Amino acid sequence: MSTVLIANGLKKSFGGVKAVDDVSFEVEAGHLLAMIGPNGAGKTTCFNLLNGQLKPDEGSVTLEGQQLVGLTPRQIWRLGVGRTFQITATFGSMTVLENVQMALLSHNQKNMAIRAVVSNLYVDEAMALLERVGMVEQSGRACSILAYGDLKRVELAVALGNEPRLLLMDEPTAGMAPRERIELMELTAEIVRERNISVLFTEHDMDVVFGHADEVIVLNRGQLIAKGAPDDVRNDAQVQEIYLGSGSTFAA
Amino acid sequence: MRKIISLAAGISTAVAMTATGSVFAAGTIKIGDINSYTRLPGHTVPYKKGAQLAIEEINAKGGVLGKKLELISRDDNGKPGDAVKKAEELFTREGVALISGSLFSHIGLALTAYAGQKKKLYLAAEPLSDALVWAKGNRYTFRLRPSTYMQAAMLAEEVAKLPAKRWATIAPNYAYGKDAVKAFKEVLKAKRPDVTFVTEQWPALFKIDAGAEVQALLRAKPDGVYNVTFGPDLAKFVREGKLRGLFKGRTILGLLTGEPEYLDPLKGEAPEGWIVTGYPWYAITDPAHKAFVAAYQKKWNDYPRIGSIVGYNAMLSVAAVIKKAGSTDTEKMVNAMEGLNLDTPSGKVHFRKIDHQSTMGAWVGKTKLKDGKGMMVDWKFLDGKNYLPSDAEVMKRRPGK
Amino acid sequence: MGFYFIQFLTGLASASSLFLIAAGMSIIFGVTRILNFAHGSLYMLGAYISYWLVTTLTPGPLGFWLAVLAAATVVGLVGIVIETGLLRRIYQAPELFQLIATFGVILIISDITRFIWGETDLVGPRAPGLDGAIEIFGHSLPEYDIAMIVLGPLVLGIIWLIFHRTRWGTLVRAATQDREMVGALGVNQAFLFTSVFFLGAFLAGLGGAAQIPKGGADLLMDLNVIAEAFVIVVIGGMGSILGAFLAAVIIGELNAFGILVFPQMTLVLMFAVMAIVLLVRPWGLLGRPEAVSRAPGEAPEPPLQRADKAVRCLFTATILLLLLVPLFSSDFILVILIDIFIFVLFAVSLHFIMGPGGLVSFGHAAYYGLGAYGTALLVHYLGTPMEFALIAAPIIAAIGALVFGWFSVRLSGVYFAMLTLAFAQITWSVVFQWNDFTYGDDGILNIWPSAWLSSKTAYYYFALILSLVCVYILRRTLFTPFGYITRAGRDSPLRADAIGINVQRQQWLAFIFAGAFAGLAGSIYVFSKGSVFPDQVAIPQSIDGLMMVLLGGVKTLTGPIVGAAAFTALTDWLSSNEVWFWRSILGAIILALVILFPQGIVGFVRDKFRPPEERG
Ligand SMILES: Nc1ncnc2c1ncn2[C@@H]1O[C@H](COP(=O)(O)OP(=O)(O)OP(=O)(O)O)[C@@H](O)[C@H]1O
Ligand SMILES: [Mg+2]
Repeated sequence: MSTVLIANGLKKSFGGVKAVDDVSFEVEAGHLLAMIGPNGAGKTTCFNLLNGQLKPDEGSVTLEGQQLVGLTPRQIWRLGVGRTFQITATFGSMTVLENVQMALLSHNQKNMAIRAVVSNLYVDEAMALLERVGMVEQSGRACSILAYGDLKRVELAVALGNEPRLLLMDEPTAGMAPRERIELMELTAEIVRERNISVLFTEHDMDVVFGHADEVIVLNRGQLIAKGAPDDVRNDAQVQEIYLGSGSTFAA
Repeated sequence: MRKIISLAAGISTAVAMTATGSVFAAGTIKIGDINSYTRLPGHTVPYKKGAQLAIEEINAKGGVLGKKLELISRDDNGKPGDAVKKAEELFTREGVALISGSLFSHIGLALTAYAGQKKKLYLAAEPLSDALVWAKGNRYTFRLRPSTYMQAAMLAEEVAKLPAKRWATIAPNYAYGKDAVKAFKEVLKAKRPDVTFVTEQWPALFKIDAGAEVQALLRAKPDGVYNVTFGPDLAKFVREGKLRGLFKGRTILGLLTGEPEYLDPLKGEAPEGWIVTGYPWYAITDPAHKAFVAAYQKKWNDYPRIGSIVGYNAMLSVAAVIKKAGSTDTEKMVNAMEGLNLDTPSGKVHFRKIDHQSTMGAWVGKTKLKDGKGMMVDWKFLDGKNYLPSDAEVMKRRPGK
Repeated sequence: MGFYFIQFLTGLASASSLFLIAAGMSIIFGVTRILNFAHGSLYMLGAYISYWLVTTLTPGPLGFWLAVLAAATVVGLVGIVIETGLLRRIYQAPELFQLIATFGVILIISDITRFIWGETDLVGPRAPGLDGAIEIFGHSLPEYDIAMIVLGPLVLGIIWLIFHRTRWGTLVRAATQDREMVGALGVNQAFLFTSVFFLGAFLAGLGGAAQIPKGGADLLMDLNVIAEAFVIVVIGGMGSILGAFLAAVIIGELNAFGILVFPQMTLVLMFAVMAIVLLVRPWGLLGRPEAVSRAPGEAPEPPLQRADKAVRCLFTATILLLLLVPLFSSDFILVILIDIFIFVLFAVSLHFIMGPGGLVSFGHAAYYGLGAYGTALLVHYLGTPMEFALIAAPIIAAIGALVFGWFSVRLSGVYFAMLTLAFAQITWSVVFQWNDFTYGDDGILNIWPSAWLSSKTAYYYFALILSLVCVYILRRTLFTPFGYITRAGRDSPLRADAIGINVQRQQWLAFIFAGAFAGLAGSIYVFSKGSVFPDQVAIPQSIDGLMMVLLGGVKTLTGPIVGAAAFTALTDWLSSNEVWFWRSILGAIILALVILFPQGIVGFVRDKFRPPEERG
């Protein structure tokens, strides 16, 4: 199996805080890789380094051999890396359908078009994506009035708009009820398999993590402290200590 | 979404305004009046008072052509575009016979262009710009007040007799200031080829940094300073100039500085010994003028400013031209106005056929503090007709007219 | 040598007065995020009140300064009235809506001042005890200049002490840095805002009062100082009091020495410095980058919808009516309607970048003016035919927007607004002061349309059709990918960037696009009036545009159309029927609209009819 993404020796600090401190890992093609760690561990920062939102102080990121450091988020997206945010980011003044259409328009290089109207463009494709994430009924509603869980689904559909090779999902199930979480993760896993996409996701819900991840990496205070198959990580003493110390329920 | 509803509402209010428009009163001749009433009330209010006084007197004597005159005033908000719009409104909705007024040169010029294009008579009462009757003059525009050139020429003539050789100028950095400096340099240079101009200062209009400007003038060590600033700029300039010793031992000229509009606000701060153009209404002994002052003070319980006499004379001119034309037909009025003669409290006024400039004169004198107030002393009245270039020169400056 | 020293001191003295003008504005902005356009009016009030106190009481040296303080206090109280009576009611309204409200206040205060003190300029009395000059190196320096040189730093020091040594000051500083957090800490925000407004207004009043010995009081000073105050606040960094002082010193000295080298360029210099500072340090010398936060409660607009049948019928009917107007109305109605068509186009083009683009431009007049001047200069110098000039105008405006926009879109929020303002002011200064080319204030005259359009009716149809077509294009563009992607960049720059959208470039293109249409509006205007003047590029032109858009409703598509029509018809009607106090009546109407319809007229109507689910 081939490797899609390689992060090597990533470092980023804010002032004195080493938010990400010498982190290296790989994402295998078609795998779901979970990145876990307590609050403030540096997960989001790590994501921001991968998709170009932040520039690492040191280290490199390569996507199928191509260097990503120095590229902007939009360039990295064009290389096939989709992203969902910990705090959802959608276009509030647009409908669900239109949100997905934006990704499709951008993917098809139609940003400057001033002849055709949006309501005639990529509607079927967008509906197909919405169908996939179960949002068809709500396709005509404004994003600004959606429930939070639905917004997460919209984000997923948007992220799929450019037929990505890699999805970066920062807490895809945050703010959802436990049942919904499992559903959404199952859905994600399905989509990933059928389209052969790799996923790197962060998650605080251990049920979700151990139910779906092919591999797990653990971050603490910016450092990578464990990596491996879910069961190995679950039994890692250091990991257990961090989670017990932080008071989170860890055992599944 | 309820689009457009409100648009329609807006449009229909506009349309409804047609209905309220134009009621042509049978026995009156309407005169349109446009001025910067809200932008520069200190100057325009006296103008209007003078105009109203004249209208009242004319009507008391039976009006013109058996009809009464009625003045319809509009505020131009200090904007040329608005002035043109108001002119349009006055002609089409109010049915005025002609328009008069305006103070700012640029607004006068806008109305000039309008009058030329629409073939309507415009009497520019106060704006000073030379272009108004020369470079941009036209058949339908006349100007009453002595122009920048005329007033600058009067001052230049005065100082040509004096020893001062090194001259500095300070003028607001816009068209009027530039005109005033250009005309002054031109006339003075012609009379005195030996003078030099050592510095020119151009503060932004109403944004003068007076201390710094005065310093810059001092640095050039001039014998004389020609001042064109006015309004709040003038007050600041005078104060800084006094404190920093700019006026000591120098000849200082002030264009318009002797006009009550400019001199009176300065009160005890008024400069002494400046040679200025202005309006010493308190000292003029001519009976016609005395009668004017008395009537003005009686009606308004206030003393006249230069705007008052210009407004008064403007309405006298309007009455005279309608009378001479025997009608309010524009072409007839224009023909009548070319070469029109009339008597005013400030003497005989003649509207020249060659360039439509009137020969109304101006008063030139020296400023002096009396009872904590600025006055003009040693003044004389200069007839405007002597301070215009030769006819050949005028033809050159008024191309194709 | 002595000369330069004196010039330096002179510069410091004017720096102090500049600082006093700007300090209050900066503090108010820092805490409340309100750009108080009425700041100049408060300054003017301070001048008038202290003039009145000093001339009626004729106090001694100490009394003089007490009178100055008393005047400032009165102005501070006026500030409280404005804040509690007006602004507090509209904090929930869309950002910048307060701007219109403060503009209404300007109109009202100006008329009240004229009513109380009359129209004559008042020359301030000299300060008792400081009425002479002292000799330094053989040059005279007015004593009051020295007082000013001391006063500026003194006020700075007192404010610093208040901010750093009192609990209230700590709160103010905290609020300046993070407004939301103060709300979260449970601080009484209403009290904080009111007291800050008092301080800001007090400082404005102090500035006006303290300058009377150097000038006086007149009715134009409100608008004359406001641009300078903006420049100082922006250069120093909005909300930074020390920054304002630094900026005042820079501008004061720049003026003092600038006039020796470029006596004709003072205006341009100041705005050029502002533009450069904004480019190098967008948040000013000592300011902090603005935390990107939309005002709470500001719901995004509902999704775009095509006009439904009823609306389309109404629209068609309106157009038909407009087509018939010349058959039954006077020329003057046509004049007003032509004006309305022009301003509708201007407002709709401004709305394009303000609404969907999310960029509030304070300098849209620049592009309108470039179109207007481009047209007039072409016709005047090259005898270009009207038809060609009308095509060239939007291109010229677009080129201007291309250059200015390239810099401006690098900034956002209020800094974007200020940079666009700076560029517009630079354009205005050039037009106003470059007499030899633009004829400055005299304007360019006799720019009339071709013969086939010389009748009012013909030009009416021409303007109507042109603006209809353009408004249609602008509107339709919002439904195309270009419009949507622009809106996407506004809704969530983060998300837009993450799906491959170059937000800045998109904004830049939208800016150019809107600028081109503004330029066309300017060109139509020139041919309708036959002339062009610098006020077409001046600040009031930009503000009128903002008023039209905001009054109509920035979150609607028809808002700018309705706003432009209503605003133009209203001002026109008022100023024709009431010569003396029409501005305060307009101001009062504006305030009423602002309080009653904070969503704008169309926004209000739409909210009434929108299904409840869709309401923000
Ligand atoms: N822009 C920033 N400036 C300063 N410090 C930052 C910034 N972003 C993150 N940090 C700090 O970096 C550290 C890592 O933050 P990060 O958001 O990456 O953690 P996280 O693992 O995503 O936490 P969570 O589970 O709460 O989302 C934290 O200490 C945070 O305070
Ligand atoms: Mg995180």
